[in-house]
Amino acid sequence: MTVVPVLELRGATRTHGTGEHAVHALRGVDLVVLPGELVAVMGASGSGKSTLLTLAGGLDAATSGEVLVEGVPLSGLDAGGLAQLRRRAVGYVFQDLNLLPALTAVENVALPLELDGVRARDARVLALRALEEVELGSEARRFPDQLSGGQQQRVAIARALVGVRRLVLADEPTGALDSVTGETVLELLRSRVDAGAGGVLVTHEARHAAWADRVVFLRDGVVVDETGAAPAPSFEAAR
Amino acid sequence: MSVKHGLLALLCEGPRYGYELKAAFEARTGEAWPLNVGQVYTTLARLERDGQVERDSEDAEGHVHYRLTDAGRREVQAWWDSEVEREAPPRDELAIKLALALTVPGVDVVAVLQRQRTATVRALQAHTRRRRALPPDGTAASLVLDSLVFAAEAEVRWLDHCEARLARQSRTSSPARNGARA
Repeated sequence: MTVVPVLELRGATRTHGTGEHAVHALRGVDLVVLPGELVAVMGASGSGKSTLLTLAGGLDAATSGEVLVEGVPLSGLDAGGLAQLRRRAVGYVFQDLNLLPALTAVENVALPLELDGVRARDARVLALRALEEVELGSEARRFPDQLSGGQQQRVAIARALVGVRRLVLADEPTGALDSVTGETVLELLRSRVDAGAGGVLVTHEARHAAWADRVVFLRDGVVVDETGAAPAPSFEAAR
Repeated sequence: MSVKHGLLALLCEGPRYGYELKAAFEARTGEAWPLNVGQVYTTLARLERDGQVERDSEDAEGHVHYRLTDAGRREVQAWWDSEVEREAPPRDELAIKLALALTVPGVDVVAVLQRQRTATVRALQAHTRRRRALPPDGTAASLVLDSLVFAAEAEVRWLDHCEARLARQSRTSSPARNGARA
C-alpha cells in the first residue's frame, strides 16, 4: 500500500515575465510532503520560498511542472474546484493576517466553514474549539482591533486550522511574536501535523525550521540541499 | 564550565555519592554534557584535598556520600556572584575554515557554507526534538537545550550573513569595476 502524499511538486516552475525580462521565481522544484510530515523551507529573500507556498496552496499556478494536493493535479481544477480545495483541505497561516475587522474573533474563524456550507451554529462550535486550542476562548467575542498583535496572530492560526485541514501551509507564522509566544504557534502546527496533516513551513529562522521533520534549502528558485528525514519517530514515543 | 562548580552546587542540596551527582548533573542540564563517573570521582578527590567537601556517611550499599564544607559553600557562593568569562573565545574551526576557504584558490565557498548550514540545522532539529521530549517539569533542562538552540541558530545566521556578503561582493567586483573600491 502506498501513501498518497498530501502535497507533491513535480518540476514546479514559476516564471514571471518573458524573454530577457523573465524572472525565474521557482525552477524545477520537486517536493513530496507525506501525511504526518512537517517540511520546512528555508532560503534568503527572493529564493522562491513564498512562491513555492502560493503554488502549493493553489493561489498561483505553475508555469510548468505540476502541483498535486492529495494526488489531485491542481492544473486540472477549474476556479470553483480550486476554491473548494482551498476552503476544505488547505489551511494557510500567512504573514498578512487578513482578519476581517467587522467580524469578531469567533466569526473570523467560523467564516471559512460557513462559506463551505457548514451550518452557522456548527461552524461557531468548531470555531470556538479552535480558539480554545490557541488559548483565546475568552476573547472569542472581541474584534481584531481589541486584540494584541499576538492574539490576532493566534486568531489567524485558529482560522487556518479550523475543521479538517489535511495540508497546512505557513509563511513565517510566528511573525513578530516574542520567542515564547512564537513557540506556541509552532506547537500548534506541530500537533496538527502529528495528528496526520501534512505541513509546509516557510521561514528564514533556523530555530523555527528545526521543528520540522525535514528542512529543504532553496536558493535562486532551486532546491540546493536538505537535511533528510528525521532519524526516528521519537516524537510520539516521548509524549 | 568547571565540573567542580557544578558538583559543589548540587551538594548544596545535601550529601550525595558520585554516581548520584553524575545523574543529577545530567538530568538538570538536559543531558547536553554527559559526565563520566571517573571524572566525577577525580573532581571529588580534588575538592576533598582542597577542603571544600568531606566524606559523610556510607550507606548500606557502600556508597560514600560527600557533603559540602563551609569553604565549599563559600566557593559556590563566589561562583554565583561572579560572571562567566567570555573574553578569550575558543579557537573556532568553522571561522578558520571559512577564512581559509575564501583565500585559498579553487574552493567552492558557497558549497562549504551550505554544507555547514545543513549540518547545523540538523543539529538544531536534534536539540529541538530532545527539548520537546522533556517532561513538563523539565524547565531547567529545557533552558539548557534552548541555549544550544540559540547558539546553533546564531551560527546559521552568521552563515547566511557570510553568503549574503559574498554574493554582494561578487556583484560589485565584476571585472569592469574591479579596483574601483579599495
